[in-house]
Amino acid sequence: MELMISVALGILTTCGVFLILRARTFSVVLGLTLLSHAVNLFLFSMGRLTTGAPAIVGLTPDSADPLPQALVLTAIVISFAMTAFVVVLSLKAAVELRSDHVDGENPNEDRP
Amino acid sequence: MTHLMILPVVIPMLAAAWLLLNHRASIGRQRVWSILSTSLLVALGVWAVTAAQADYHTYWLGNWQPPFGIVLVLDRLSAMMLLLAALLALFCVLYASRGSDREGSHFHALFQFQLMGINGAFLTGDLFNLFVFFEILLLASYALLLHGGGRARSRAGLHYVIINLLGSALFLLALGILYGLTGTLNMADLAVRIAAANPDDQTLLKGAALLLMVVFGIKAAILPLLFWLPRAYSAASAPVAALFAIMTKVGFYAMVRVLLIVFGLDSAQPLNADVFLWLWPLALVTLGLGAIGILGAASLRTMAAYMVILSSGLLMASFAMAEATVLAASLFYLLHSTCLAAVFFLLADLIGRQRAEGYDLLSVTAPLTNRWLLGTLFLVAAASMAGLPPFSGFISKAWLLQNAVSHPKYLWLWGITLVAGLFMIAALSRAGSGWFWKPEPYTGRQRRRLDPARVATVSVLIGISAALALFAAPVMDYMSATAGQLYQPSAYVEAVLGESAMANGGHNP
Repeated sequence: MELMISVALGILTTCGVFLILRARTFSVVLGLTLLSHAVNLFLFSMGRLTTGAPAIVGLTPDSADPLPQALVLTAIVISFAMTAFVVVLSLKAAVELRSDHVDGENPNEDRP
Repeated sequence: MTHLMILPVVIPMLAAAWLLLNHRASIGRQRVWSILSTSLLVALGVWAVTAAQADYHTYWLGNWQPPFGIVLVLDRLSAMMLLLAALLALFCVLYASRGSDREGSHFHALFQFQLMGINGAFLTGDLFNLFVFFEILLLASYALLLHGGGRARSRAGLHYVIINLLGSALFLLALGILYGLTGTLNMADLAVRIAAANPDDQTLLKGAALLLMVVFGIKAAILPLLFWLPRAYSAASAPVAALFAIMTKVGFYAMVRVLLIVFGLDSAQPLNADVFLWLWPLALVTLGLGAIGILGAASLRTMAAYMVILSSGLLMASFAMAEATVLAASLFYLLHSTCLAAVFFLLADLIGRQRAEGYDLLSVTAPLTNRWLLGTLFLVAAASMAGLPPFSGFISKAWLLQNAVSHPKYLWLWGITLVAGLFMIAALSRAGSGWFWKPEPYTGRQRRRLDPARVATVSVLIGISAALALFAAPVMDYMSATAGQLYQPSAYVEAVLGESAMANGGHNP
């Protein structure tokens, strides 16, 4: 399970970073979403990976750590709100600046 | 324990909620509520500064004992920052109430949410809570930056939002590493556990510390992470930009708090020494870049944005010297530079409105009204910002340079700071002479009226920085005690976790 989680984290982060470095706002927003998924997964796995363990102390010999679950809920809510905001902002910018380039204009537009 | 401690977070939250629910209320009533809430915050700030003189104050939310619940900690540094933020916000909201809050909707609600985030970040004693308050202040600042709309703001806002979202992701990564290694996010508890950490974990802990520095570096504008700042700050409306002058200081505050308390408890091999190694050269280059930016700026707002960068460079460079006396002086400089940067953002708007054309562009020579009054204000602010006697800039810089002498590498700081001061004098005198001496007297048919309330707001804010110079002795005593308190992380830990915590090595999991 550790291997699977780490490979998933690696793929998500790689794709996220690659997309964030693109020049169009749409891919940047996608990249931010992937990166925040990777971060949430990472934060969640920091409570150690267990299966079938309840998040209550005393029911079973080993219990899952409830705190990362609470943390990741908060993080999901925040990143969801931020993603919604950045989507609206990039739409607004694309309409106002008549370009979906992250700088508002494409510096290589006139080049062959 | 007193419930007054939570009020700096609760009051702006309630005010913002009221303003959102009653968004149809007339703009006059919205202003009254917003100004009332901000004035209450100033009173609370004064209370906090007097209360913090004695000892640490802790507040356990819902009476959950630390390290399990969330704890608020009031010490000298957070009290001082609360008062500074509240004072600055009061002037910004008064200035905004003269018209710029009408450019879009919900200005006052957003402003109060921003204050809630800033105050919470200053008070919290829990790293995850710090993240949450950062997000609150950032979300409010995104909307405030875009307030009023326009192409320049959309373009600057996109950069600002994206880099800060990236910063939030890195913040969570660092928190994940710290939690995975120590099982806690309470700052005091973390400090104890990091000091007692397994040597095998040192590298990961150092990685987490450096990641946190990247996050705070984005907020505080350290060199490779500051290119969003000039565009964003010069695009925002004047009162918003003036309030943003405190935002880089929030990053600096978090840096000081985390490096000195969380990573500074182990006296034999503190982890923060590794971070200071990176911080020192980067901060010095930031300082130099700020000076070059001031010289090359095309408008007064951009110049003020580079002043913010310069002051954060100086703050971080002096902090990286890792000495209590230098930190005391740099905290004094923090008060001075925050007030003055805000003054310059407001002055740019004030003068721009009186000019026949060109707003705040330095290349345009245009006749302006009331040039004696505005010129005097500009002269006083410029002399203080550049560090000329007898203003607060001179006292804070002189104290800083004097205290830095004991450090082996002090000549770097001396050289770059003094040359930066010279650059600033050159840039400001060029701006001032081009604006107030060169143009013909104003002969336009339409008389541009000078708004007395706006002038009064800016003058009082300049007066506060002059008062810093007049009453420098008590402020300097306070700063020395603050720095001394920050360099005793064990006292912080004892105040939060109780006397036995140091001996037991944190709480029992």
